[in-house]
Amino acid sequence: MNTANYLVDITMIMPELTLICVALILLLLDLVVKNKEVLAAVGIAGTLVALYGTYKLFVFHAPQSVFADMFVLDGYSNFFKLIFYLNIILTILISLKYMTIEKASFGEYYSLLIFATTGMMIMASAADLIVLYLGLELMALSTYILAGLMRKQLRSNEAALKYFFLGAFSSAILLYGISMTYGLTGTTNLREIAAALQTLNIMESPAVFLGLIFLIVAFGFKVALAPFHMWAPDVYEGAPTSITAFMSVGPKAAGFAVMGRVLFEAFGGMQMQWNSILIPLAVITMAVGSIIALAQTNIKRMLAYSSIAHAGYMLLGIIAGTPEGLASTANYLMIYMFMNIGAFAIVIMLRREGFQGENLDDYMGLAKSHPLASALMLIFMFSLTGIPPTAGFIGKFYVFMEVIRSGYTYLAIIAVIFSVISAFFYLRVVMYMYMKDPKEDVTLTTSSTLSIALAITAIMVLILGIFPSFLLNLVRSSIPG
Amino acid sequence: MTGVEMLIIVIKTVIVVSVFMLHVMYAQYFERKVIAHMQARLGPMRVGWHGILQPIADSLKLFLKEDIIPSSADRPIFYVAPIIGVIAALSSLAVIPLWEGLGVANLNIGILYILALSSVGSYCVILGGWASNSKYSFLGGLRSSAQVISYEIAMGLSLVGVMMMAGSANLSDIVKAQSGHWFIWYQPLACFVFVMSAIAETNRAPFDLTEAETELVAGFATEYSGMRWALFFMAEYAGMFIMTALGTICFLGGWNGPDFWIFAYVPKIVWLVLKIYGCIFIYFWIRATLPRYRYDQLMSIGWKIFIPLSLANIVVTGLVKIIWK
Amino acid sequence: MSTPQVLFAYFAVAMTILSLLVVTRRNPVHSVLWMLVLFIHIAALYLFLNAEFIAAIQIIIYAGAILVLFLFVIMLLNLRKEETEKRFQKQWLYSIAISVLFVFFLVLIVGNITVIPPPGPYTADVIKSEGHIMTVGKVLYSEFLLPFEIASLILLVAIIGAVVLAKKRIE
Repeated sequence: MNTANYLVDITMIMPELTLICVALILLLLDLVVKNKEVLAAVGIAGTLVALYGTYKLFVFHAPQSVFADMFVLDGYSNFFKLIFYLNIILTILISLKYMTIEKASFGEYYSLLIFATTGMMIMASAADLIVLYLGLELMALSTYILAGLMRKQLRSNEAALKYFFLGAFSSAILLYGISMTYGLTGTTNLREIAAALQTLNIMESPAVFLGLIFLIVAFGFKVALAPFHMWAPDVYEGAPTSITAFMSVGPKAAGFAVMGRVLFEAFGGMQMQWNSILIPLAVITMAVGSIIALAQTNIKRMLAYSSIAHAGYMLLGIIAGTPEGLASTANYLMIYMFMNIGAFAIVIMLRREGFQGENLDDYMGLAKSHPLASALMLIFMFSLTGIPPTAGFIGKFYVFMEVIRSGYTYLAIIAVIFSVISAFFYLRVVMYMYMKDPKEDVTLTTSSTLSIALAITAIMVLILGIFPSFLLNLVRSSIPG
Repeated sequence: MTGVEMLIIVIKTVIVVSVFMLHVMYAQYFERKVIAHMQARLGPMRVGWHGILQPIADSLKLFLKEDIIPSSADRPIFYVAPIIGVIAALSSLAVIPLWEGLGVANLNIGILYILALSSVGSYCVILGGWASNSKYSFLGGLRSSAQVISYEIAMGLSLVGVMMMAGSANLSDIVKAQSGHWFIWYQPLACFVFVMSAIAETNRAPFDLTEAETELVAGFATEYSGMRWALFFMAEYAGMFIMTALGTICFLGGWNGPDFWIFAYVPKIVWLVLKIYGCIFIYFWIRATLPRYRYDQLMSIGWKIFIPLSLANIVVTGLVKIIWK
Repeated sequence: MSTPQVLFAYFAVAMTILSLLVVTRRNPVHSVLWMLVLFIHIAALYLFLNAEFIAAIQIIIYAGAILVLFLFVIMLLNLRKEETEKRFQKQWLYSIAISVLFVFFLVLIVGNITVIPPPGPYTADVIKSEGHIMTVGKVLYSEFLLPFEIASLILLVAIIGAVVLAKKRIE
């Protein structure tokens, strides 16, 4: 345990360190550079450098754990980090013009996004409950602030406050779970927990189960599983739309990353126990998300419930309990990121000075005035529903396959039923756009960066829908059995 | 722990506290005399020879005075506030080493213990100000809370340098580490920051904005009278003694004194007391000399100068220690 | 019961009562004061674990800085209206019922724990021989270096957040 060791370990967290440096540089640049586009460009450039770093580490180093086994670098963490990188880049692209319209174009916006991403990356790599918790707090604290960034708007304040309170509450539950686990096993390291559960022979102990429940509840808060989803609609509605896009993917992916790692690595032998909690949760989540979304007239709220329902589908991959199942969840998250950010990008286009553009009615007859934007929205809505040949279908198909292979056919059937129900509200948007007459003229706010983001997301949704093998190979090789 | 050991601790405590209270009483007399002479006056002269019995007369007066409690005051807190201050100040005494092995307790975290109690002690001013339900008191309490938070950081950080030099947070060890050279020579910056923070922490001039009589009548103590006011008074002077003792131990070599000729036969505790009184004299000297600071100036030098200075001091001390090792 | 057990029982009961007092007081300043007493009890509990450094830090940071900050904010806000309003929502009875049920299960489960994991390397004797500050420092800067640095990052984000949300902007 000498210091020299830790100096070598620093190489392994280079991507995270790069991001932190970029975030700090952005804070300083904000003082001298008045043009926010420069800051956004620096942010994206920094993210790309970090992405390159992760790639290098992936190519040149075998999976390993550093910092006294607290931080692991493996395919699993790298795949999730890829999601986070793409997530932040797309978010920055869609937010440039939007934040100016909302009069919340602060330089700190970009550094907070980067800090949140760093937190997620730490979560994805955490092999110790303490690091996991700290990464989660770093991510959560940044997103609370981002949600309340539109300081003049009451609903943004409300969103930040609700998110903060419920987030703090879930952190407390997480800490309770961690302390129970630590008290029973004497360690916070995931692998050592698994070993201690074996050697002490306490897998059947109700106390361990209680600790496990606390952990799952806390992660459930972060990924918005029902019945811990109460915060999601209000927060998604009140937060700046670009942040809603960011939050609906990043923290969710990070939450699933840690849930997968903790359940598989530390509590791998207790699959029976955790499935007895996760299966009801998944069913309730899919039901709540799909059914309540039917009643929404605000598109941001609708997408919030949709994201709850999707969390339910993603959970199926973990319930499958195999590495393949975990891979299907990761795959779903990657696809979900493209289609969800794409949908939010369209929502952002409707926002302009003095016009919210968040009601479903605002989409009436959009196809007549803006055929291209409507076509893109159509693709995203089809994908969110899971209609081939879009990527959403591949994501769902893979997850359902895995859950059937593990013998939970009834879960797959339930999931398909709720998918059909969800088609109603997704396709309603399409119906509004194509089959209704426009109420008033809608002008779209476009910008070059937003177009780039839309192009990337739409192309990826289509390509992954038609040629999914590339992504499937990547995720399968990242998460080997 | 046997009964006898317990009894010894109790006796030690009683002795230390009673001697200390006597000093606290006479510190006031000392202050009046010092300031009077600095202003070319004589100060108290009537009671006893050169007014030597003045403190006793004052105590009697305060003791017999009517205890007035404002009708809309928050009574429980109004009662408790001054007591918190006195208890915190007296408890700090426990870890002050008067001589090698002579002290009530020898804690490994002596410095932190004193810092902890001084932060608890600050509640007396804040709560006293709040509970009186008067705007002057309230402003005093408010000022005190902000002042305490700001200067506690600077003080804690300035002492980190000393702990690094001595390699311990035990006050006896710190004194022993200074048997050669006093830390003031190695840590002049920390000493400067500590002195300033100690003055602010004890709410003394020129940082006595919590009672600033020209603006706030008597600040947090406006509504207090009689014995309760006397308790505040005691807490303030006791706090001064604790701070000067801490400063003496950390920077001026504690009980270490000259080791030659007849000085070697002087009990070492005398050196400690002499140094403490020297520091107390500086307190009075500053009060008689400097005008009061403005509140925003006080906050900005705290946050913008003292805290960065003490942080820099820690970095430099650490670097030097590594290089010289 | 041995003396430590009696003392622990006192602290446990007192802390529970104090926490209840903190959440039930109408006057926020009184709540803060009960919290102060609570923190001092927590610090005492740390002393039981030979964690004298943590105990001192608990008082310096929580009682000395954070609670004073709370007081400062409460004093600046005008809370007269809140004091007269109802303290709890209508559902408080259900909440209590659920909490009691939860405590019941917790006692049932925790009371049945039979397996105690082996003690770690930092036993009371090790801490006594090396000094608590030294032990904490060494562990913090070697084994727990990464968490320690992440924690500093979290604090940085908190500062940025406070500035972003509270700063006056010239528009």
